[in-house]
Amino acid sequence: MADIAVPATAPMIAATDSHGHDAHVDQGDHGAHATSTGLTNNKLAMWLFLGSECLLFGGLISTYMLYRGRVGNGPRPEQVYSIPFTSVSSFVLLMSSLTMVLAVSAAKRKDDNAIRLWLTTTAMLGATFVGGQVFEFTAFYRKGLGFTTSLFGSSFYTLTGFHGVHVSVGIVMLMSVMAMTLRGRIPGDKAEVIELVGLYWHFVDIVWIVIFTLVYLIPA
Amino acid sequence: MAIIEQPSRPLELAPAGGVTPAASYGVLRRPVSTTGWRNWVFTVDHKKLGIMYGGTAMFFFVVGGVEALLIRLQLAQPNGTVLSAALYNQMFTMHATTMIFLFVMPMAAAFANYFVPLQIGARDVAFPRMNAFGYWTFLFGGLLLNSSWFLGGGADCGWFCYSPNSGVPFSPSHGVDFWVFSLQITGIASLTGSLNLIVTILNMRAPGMKFFKMPIFTWMALVVQFLLVFAVPVITVALFLLGFERTFGARFFDVSAGADPILWQHLFWIFGHPEVYILILPSFGIVSEVLPVFSGKPLFGYKAVAFSGAAIGFLGWGVWAHHMFVSGLGPVSVAVFSLTTMLIAIPTGVKIINWVGTMWGGRLKFTTAMLFAMGLVVEFTIGGLSGVTHAVSPSDTQQTDTYYIVAHFHYVLFGGAIFGIFSGLYYWWPKIFGRMLSERLGKWQFWLMVVGMNLTFGPMHIVGLQGQPRRMYTYQDGYGLATWNLIETIGSLILAVGILLFLINAVRTNGLFGQKQRTAPLDPWDARSLEWMTASPPKEHNFDQIPVVSTLDEFFYRKYAEDHETGEIRAVSSAEDLLAEQERNADKHIHMPSPSYWPIVAAFGLPMIALGVIFKTIPVCVIGAAIVILGIYGWVLEPSVADDSDYDPPTPAGTSKELTPVG
Amino acid sequence: MSAHVDSHIEAGHDAEHAHSDKRYWGIALVLALFTAAEVILTYLHIGKLFIPVLLILMVIKFLTVVFEFMHLRLDNKVFKYLFYSGLCLAVAVYVAALSTFKFFVH
Repeated sequence: MADIAVPATAPMIAATDSHGHDAHVDQGDHGAHATSTGLTNNKLAMWLFLGSECLLFGGLISTYMLYRGRVGNGPRPEQVYSIPFTSVSSFVLLMSSLTMVLAVSAAKRKDDNAIRLWLTTTAMLGATFVGGQVFEFTAFYRKGLGFTTSLFGSSFYTLTGFHGVHVSVGIVMLMSVMAMTLRGRIPGDKAEVIELVGLYWHFVDIVWIVIFTLVYLIPA
Repeated sequence: MAIIEQPSRPLELAPAGGVTPAASYGVLRRPVSTTGWRNWVFTVDHKKLGIMYGGTAMFFFVVGGVEALLIRLQLAQPNGTVLSAALYNQMFTMHATTMIFLFVMPMAAAFANYFVPLQIGARDVAFPRMNAFGYWTFLFGGLLLNSSWFLGGGADCGWFCYSPNSGVPFSPSHGVDFWVFSLQITGIASLTGSLNLIVTILNMRAPGMKFFKMPIFTWMALVVQFLLVFAVPVITVALFLLGFERTFGARFFDVSAGADPILWQHLFWIFGHPEVYILILPSFGIVSEVLPVFSGKPLFGYKAVAFSGAAIGFLGWGVWAHHMFVSGLGPVSVAVFSLTTMLIAIPTGVKIINWVGTMWGGRLKFTTAMLFAMGLVVEFTIGGLSGVTHAVSPSDTQQTDTYYIVAHFHYVLFGGAIFGIFSGLYYWWPKIFGRMLSERLGKWQFWLMVVGMNLTFGPMHIVGLQGQPRRMYTYQDGYGLATWNLIETIGSLILAVGILLFLINAVRTNGLFGQKQRTAPLDPWDARSLEWMTASPPKEHNFDQIPVVSTLDEFFYRKYAEDHETGEIRAVSSAEDLLAEQERNADKHIHMPSPSYWPIVAAFGLPMIALGVIFKTIPVCVIGAAIVILGIYGWVLEPSVADDSDYDPPTPAGTSKELTPVG
Repeated sequence: MSAHVDSHIEAGHDAEHAHSDKRYWGIALVLALFTAAEVILTYLHIGKLFIPVLLILMVIKFLTVVFEFMHLRLDNKVFKYLFYSGLCLAVAVYVAALSTFKFFVH
């Protein structure tokens, strides 16, 4: 028997904080009542981390924007990019955000079957996206754009590569959470863990929203 | 996982909300011993980790100091032969990198880790295992950096490592690669540490401790952690770009491919300028604690000091290109950054005024801690004044890349950050170790350091303006530099003696030479903040009873009350009384997080990955990555508090060597 | 005080139900349409307006995911401060750096 019954007192204690709404959003989140802000340590840490990731991706994006036109003897962006293909993989990633938030919603309802369905779907959509990236990179490489070909090549692969690694780590986290729910061995509050993975996943998606526009759609 | 007091319920309804598995998940039993080396290696206790950070930082201080002495010996005379040009480049690179990343930052982490939870009335930090992971990551990163000395030479690109000089054609040895990886690894330590401390400060303050009732050191620590959280990712990007270029031949700074090497400078200094505030603000916090205690007065303008710290943190993001005034940015950029740099002098000046105001009219006690704090006020002001001259970009054009700049940053770093550190050491030593450092030795140390410091770095203002450039391994005779350089070298030797005195002081005090040591009183300085309302050293769980806070300087106002009629301040309680009261009202169930293997395991994999990449041995890389992943999974799956089955049954004698839950 | 809190919780209840899965599907549809619009825009030739419009669409999509899927709109304001400080700092600092390269000048 995996889940612990929520102690009846926890939401009430949280509710007496000034953030009554949070008590509801964080229902089932037992750590919250002991903290000065009424928010859990884990969620605070995750949002902070995502804030810091903005600086990371900002740096990579800026480097790309500076170097995108410097192609040396290699191919230019418009010679390699396939907007239709990338649009489809962007759509796939966007939909994975939907399935992720459905998983989080299912976790709040304690609907185990729905949790598993949506977590798996998210992971599969994410994997499709990564597969698309790999395919795309291979195609670019065949067209003559290697990692070391030009400033454009290096900065393009670094930026999208970092993003792809972030997606892959996200997939690993999703599958790990899946495995843990199946075995009934989530450390901590299950809804919160899934919510935190969700926050990370959505962040990776919004970074792609920026990359898709700045890298692919806006011409060099 | 957050530390939560466990109410009196059976274990099955643990409020952590998680599952307590019937059998431990891992094959290994958790480490639970309370004595011996295992106690330290697997600890998650913020106090032990603080001591480990401090001890390791001191070790690297000596390493960096030796590197500095070698530089000074080389420069003592014209045409010096102590170091070759190549070795000289390595020496100043490693000296700076070591002092900044392996001494000052970890020492600040030591103080923050030890004292922030105590100052806010908490029992530990928000994520104790991540705290341990941060320490081990830092240690391994520092060792990795210094291993370069034995594995082909240290980095020789300067601590700022400008491109294209940092590329393989100009820096062919592995030194820069070691530098890149070590900073990535210590960056991970800083980032995890900052996430930890911010969540701790936001979430784990004692009841009643609103932000403006927090001790000022905690305030400065909070600002520093925010700076770290946002600055470290920027240098992470820069290091990845450089690393990819050197390892895989990627193009980022290759001029022949059309690159702008200035990109490196931007990325580095966007990190680098907040970094210098990261270096100084902890010492500002320490001094803001020490001056009131030894002036017998509250901090003058506490809110102004807190706000100006936050202002410095915020404005510090807008000044980075003042390190690039002569890099060809163009007059508009230079003018903008010149103005923003002038602006940042204002909140710093506010602090100096508040410190002077604190001392003004106070009953000053010139203990060593106080001397160092006062020393900071004087020496940092000197360094700040030269800094203001740099802000004026036309004059900086003359000063940049000369010893005038070296003078500036050593006054603010040595006279500022390091004096603050020693102030903190003398002030807090009795609390950490239960013993007092010798005041006599301390005063000798202080005066030696003041004389030594000013002899070493003072003349650098002069020779810098006379034209002695930075990073030159020697100089010719007949330029008027020889005398001053010799004086500077003598000064550095005096500094070395001062530091040696400190090491002797520390070692003697803690009885390493068999001396019988007086234990320190609980509250030797008649201090003001909560960390003094504990045993010396504090008990593992810090406070028997979490205090309810009603005012700033809570500890002080529990000891003293104002007589309503006469207005006189009378002592009503001593530290001993307050401690006894806590013990009488001790919380019944205090559950502390248990030690763990996983942090050190996970940390260990990181330098392995680095070595695998540097020496292009893929298997080492893969094994290192596997260890990291294994460590993380082990950590995630392990509950924060050990299963009871992990403990041995108590020994018949009654005193078990294993941890037992208190209460 | 408690009455206020109670009604606040009630509002929370309603908001939670309003944020039912249906809403998420709807938002996802909107995001997909915006993406389609972006892509179609690249094939039309609208001259100087192209980049500003594209950037606006990008920001709308970005904020939609942050507000709705990450719940930032309804969640505690501390999370907003933490995230926005990182975001705004990143934008400010990198735009400034790119400006020194005369990136925004033709």
